[in-house]
Amino acid sequence: MNLDDLLVRLGEWLKGEGPNSEIVMSSRIRLARNLDRIPFTHWADKKEKENVLEALKNALKENEFLQGGIFLLMKEIDELDRVFLLERHLVSHEFIQKPDSKAVVISTNEVVSGMINEEDHLRLQVMQSGFNLRGALDISQRIDQFLSERLNFAFSSEWGYLTACPTNVGTGLRASVMLHLPVLVFTKQINKVIQAITRLGLTARGFYGEGTEATGNFFQISNQVTLGQREEDIVDNLERIIRQVVEYEQNARQMVMSQERERITDRIRRAYGILKNAYIISSNETIELLSQVRLGVDLGIIKDIDRRQLNELFIFIQPAHLQKLEGKKLTAQQRDVKRAQLIRSKLGVV
Amino acid sequence: MLCDICGKKQATVHVTEIINNQISEMHLCEDCAREKSIQMEQQFGVSDLLAGIADLGTPLGEKTKEELKLKCDNCGMSYEDFKKIGRLGCGECYDSFRKNLVPLLKRIHGSIQHLGKTPLKIVKEVKRKSEIDILKEKLQEAIQREEFEEAAKLRDKIRELEKKNQKRKEER
Repeated sequence: MNLDDLLVRLGEWLKGEGPNSEIVMSSRIRLARNLDRIPFTHWADKKEKENVLEALKNALKENEFLQGGIFLLMKEIDELDRVFLLERHLVSHEFIQKPDSKAVVISTNEVVSGMINEEDHLRLQVMQSGFNLRGALDISQRIDQFLSERLNFAFSSEWGYLTACPTNVGTGLRASVMLHLPVLVFTKQINKVIQAITRLGLTARGFYGEGTEATGNFFQISNQVTLGQREEDIVDNLERIIRQVVEYEQNARQMVMSQERERITDRIRRAYGILKNAYIISSNETIELLSQVRLGVDLGIIKDIDRRQLNELFIFIQPAHLQKLEGKKLTAQQRDVKRAQLIRSKLGVV
Repeated sequence: MLCDICGKKQATVHVTEIINNQISEMHLCEDCAREKSIQMEQQFGVSDLLAGIADLGTPLGEKTKEELKLKCDNCGMSYEDFKKIGRLGCGECYDSFRKNLVPLLKRIHGSIQHLGKTPLKIVKEVKRKSEIDILKEKLQEAIQREEFEEAAKLRDKIRELEKKNQKRKEER
């Protein structure tokens, strides 16, 4: 399997199924691990980084979850492909800056991926569709167990897994869920919810990762604390809070459907109309409109497409995806035309 | 008034910056202001914040200067480096800068004791260590009871386990 194969498929975590998938798009577990006594990536010399790369590559390629998957050296792929991986949620923004001694492993279904020599020697990511943190945790623990039989991780019985940044030390575990909360935004309750979440030791970010604003009414909620709690408790705590947020959104949807059915239906159908007919469209506008249409599907207002098709659009309308589909570099204006064309064809407009 | 940066559009945003007690004023158009605010946000990342609170718990004065020079034997990072970069140099740094890190970790996580899982290899090591402790206690008891034959057996067993531990450490 190679990188271009990803162009004709979609990660399993984007299939739009699983518990509460009308609100929870995906669940993710990320583990940070480092090899014992070897300097962290930013402080290591080239030889040390190459050794880390070799050791992790050898261990990872034996793992059952990564059989038949992709292994890529970042310096061997071009800028466009790197951004493509970023858009795919397989690597981080920081990771694609300096490609030397960096590599990424990706399982065939895109459920498991690992960045080698990011801020930590290994950043392992497991994604699941819908509200399924347990499923992701289970896979991550099995891979971690497998790796710890083959490698010596930097660990202290007092401070747990040792990481480059003290904010990740301990379990090295970051659990997060991607929530679609259009009605909490629409009814202006979202700020209250975000404030409450922050007070409970969680953070909220946008769909496109760290440092991004919430676009398309997507919010990524994750734990902040990694030390002093067991892995299960971190996930349990996040789950409990998310369950409540999901309930708020469900209630708000019911309320809107009973009190403002016409207004919300009009908004959604207009959004759908624009997507089906636009000839030039920016990614921001697309994302906002797709969010409305997704709500329309969830509320049963739009019946001729499904969540999976919409998820696919959220990913494929991004700049690097469009350019790879087209097979060449495109200017921003050309992309806006190509984007509108892609949307029309995916929504069945000839 | 025109924008100070592009000089083309009307300035609608007025920014006052105070750097080292120097006040400077800027008049920007909406577009340039947005860009400027992104730059300002980027300057204010996690590592800057960390560097800012890395001083926690250390009283200022001569002692602090010494602490800044403190170096990690394994990777050569100094505490001053950590303060600048906001990232540690290696796992051993956690021991080297222990005194300064304890208040920092407490502030970040509200705790300084790992409760999560332990890698399998280390679980075995810890277990073997405690086995030795138990044997040592038994040895003391045997000596007190003047059962020297039993004591000699225990002593050999302890030596054997210690050798095994040592060998494992060397392998790592």
